[in-house]
Amino acid sequence: MRPILMKGHERPLTFLKYNRDGDLLFSCAKDHTPTVWFADNGERLGTYRGHNGAVWSCDVSRDSMRLITGSADQTVKLWNVQTGAQLYTFNFGSPARSVDFSVGDKLAVITTDPFMELTSAIHVKRIARDPTEQTEESELVIKGPQGRINRAVWGPLNRTIVSAGEDAVIRIWDSETGKLLREADKESGHKKTITSLTKSADGSHFLTGSLDKSAKLWDTRTLTLIKTYVTERPVNAVAMSPLLDHVVLGGGQDASAVTTTDHRAGKFEAKFFDKILQEEIGGVKGHFGPINALAFNPDGKSFSSGGEDGYVRLHHFDPDYFNIKI
Amino acid sequence: MYGVVHFTTGSLNMPIDKSDPNPNQSKASKFRWGELEEDDNLDFLLPPKEVIGPDENGIKKVIEYKFNDEGNKVKITTTTRVRKLAKARLNKRAVERRNWEKFGDAVHEDVGSRLTMVSTEEIILERPRAPELLLTGMKAEEIKVPGDSLAQLSKGGAVLMVCRTCGKKGDHWTSKCPYKDLAAPVETFVDKPVASEASVAASGSGKGAYVPPSMRAGAERTAGSDMRRRNDENSVRVTNLSEDTREPDLLELFRPFGAVTRVYVAMDQKTGTSRGFGFVNFVNREDAQRAINKLNGYGYDNLILRVEWATPRAN
Repeated sequence: MRPILMKGHERPLTFLKYNRDGDLLFSCAKDHTPTVWFADNGERLGTYRGHNGAVWSCDVSRDSMRLITGSADQTVKLWNVQTGAQLYTFNFGSPARSVDFSVGDKLAVITTDPFMELTSAIHVKRIARDPTEQTEESELVIKGPQGRINRAVWGPLNRTIVSAGEDAVIRIWDSETGKLLREADKESGHKKTITSLTKSADGSHFLTGSLDKSAKLWDTRTLTLIKTYVTERPVNAVAMSPLLDHVVLGGGQDASAVTTTDHRAGKFEAKFFDKILQEEIGGVKGHFGPINALAFNPDGKSFSSGGEDGYVRLHHFDPDYFNIKI
Repeated sequence: MYGVVHFTTGSLNMPIDKSDPNPNQSKASKFRWGELEEDDNLDFLLPPKEVIGPDENGIKKVIEYKFNDEGNKVKITTTTRVRKLAKARLNKRAVERRNWEKFGDAVHEDVGSRLTMVSTEEIILERPRAPELLLTGMKAEEIKVPGDSLAQLSKGGAVLMVCRTCGKKGDHWTSKCPYKDLAAPVETFVDKPVASEASVAASGSGKGAYVPPSMRAGAERTAGSDMRRRNDENSVRVTNLSEDTREPDLLELFRPFGAVTRVYVAMDQKTGTSRGFGFVNFVNREDAQRAINKLNGYGYDNLILRVEWATPRAN
């Protein structure tokens, strides 16, 4: 396949997100400006100007009208997707890391980093239909985990919130009361910082990637470990194909390997694994730096990866991808 | 709705010489041939724009004529390649979004901005190497690196490539086998003790430990540099080889003269045939000398061989 290279960001990519219809791709990077691209040919549609710090993550509403972005400048902003106008700004006491719209887009879960005396926290905000009615107040604030919470997402039917972060423990919280419902088993769980989390298309299971060079597949309801995928590199980003039983892991390079690996450029790869057999199917090379973001198009026929090199690579699969057999 | 990307590969500005028997021009101004004497009339005539539509490779040529600043008629040929990237069945809202206006930093984007480019390299989903082909102590990852680059290189071939050393089809030719230095099944002659020693060393270093480049899999191995130097001193160059000569053929031919450490035949990657020359390394200098004496001028497979020292040197 011939990936489309999009060099719109000057700094490393942090997050990639497709909209529900799969025609727009939103990219967040450390350069303060989230960008939206057309997902078929990579043409840039626009940029959202306004943040003063690295943008760590974003989410788009189901109708592709609203974009929410979380940034290191301690704000979370709501944008009009079409015009790029800022609709609302939530202010926090520390950098905002992860944002996620609920099913129905009426709520959003936002995590903030530990900063000075503040510990990390998970905030739930109500999102009003009409931006003029938007209020700053939180529906719910959950504190508890030590260290940064890298990702928090809504569970099925918005009943729960799943969080994962630097303390390597996945937690499930009740979204109404804020009570901790479940914690992942320490023995079988990750051993180092969990960098990324992605849900399956139906929300029944989710995948977490960690710096301990593995990714694990969990059941959302019971938080039991289903599968483990092992690589040689710390995992920075994970994605699951909505169409086939594949998971993709993107990662970096161990510090100890930096001087001894050969200097061929373009060799950071996104590794494909069979979801059920846990075996490696292959790798897609090309990035000049560690891969920090991965996303699958909801139709499952293309995927994109964002790297430390500032490039977004959009890959449309060849027909033989769909015929891969182990 | 198709996602289509256009590449402009070049525009030619060609001043038209009226006396030039250019078929295009004469075709365009055919109906005026009778008045060719009258230069003035022709000046006002600009042949119409021609569009040679996308052919089977997707190449589209647009030939336009216009007057440049000096008032000369110029012919501009724009060659673009139209590629159908992906067939997207878009829903109604997606089609609407396609027509949204650009905003933010994209407002002043001109078509020539190189923000979005299709990769010039073809990237494939590389399947992992089959571990049973690896010899003792090789790390799977290390082998993959040279193998993959070769796989990429030989992609353009569209030929079924068979390597006789490792027996794998479709990946690399024998001379490019990443395992060629190792104890290979039967055919190519290698320093067996050298290879196995080094491979043991590699396994001994353990899975995660640092392995210096000289000791890694696929690295050039020297069990004592003198042996290698002597080999290179006993290197014999064979030229005027026939197209389908391969390493085993040379080996068979030179083996009667003595122990051979290495044979190499230069291969043309694209066609898979021999480039007509190769090298044979003997253990003993005398054997090499005898081989030169006997085989120089020897008729082999319809060609007369030329056999000489690899570097011009007498003893």
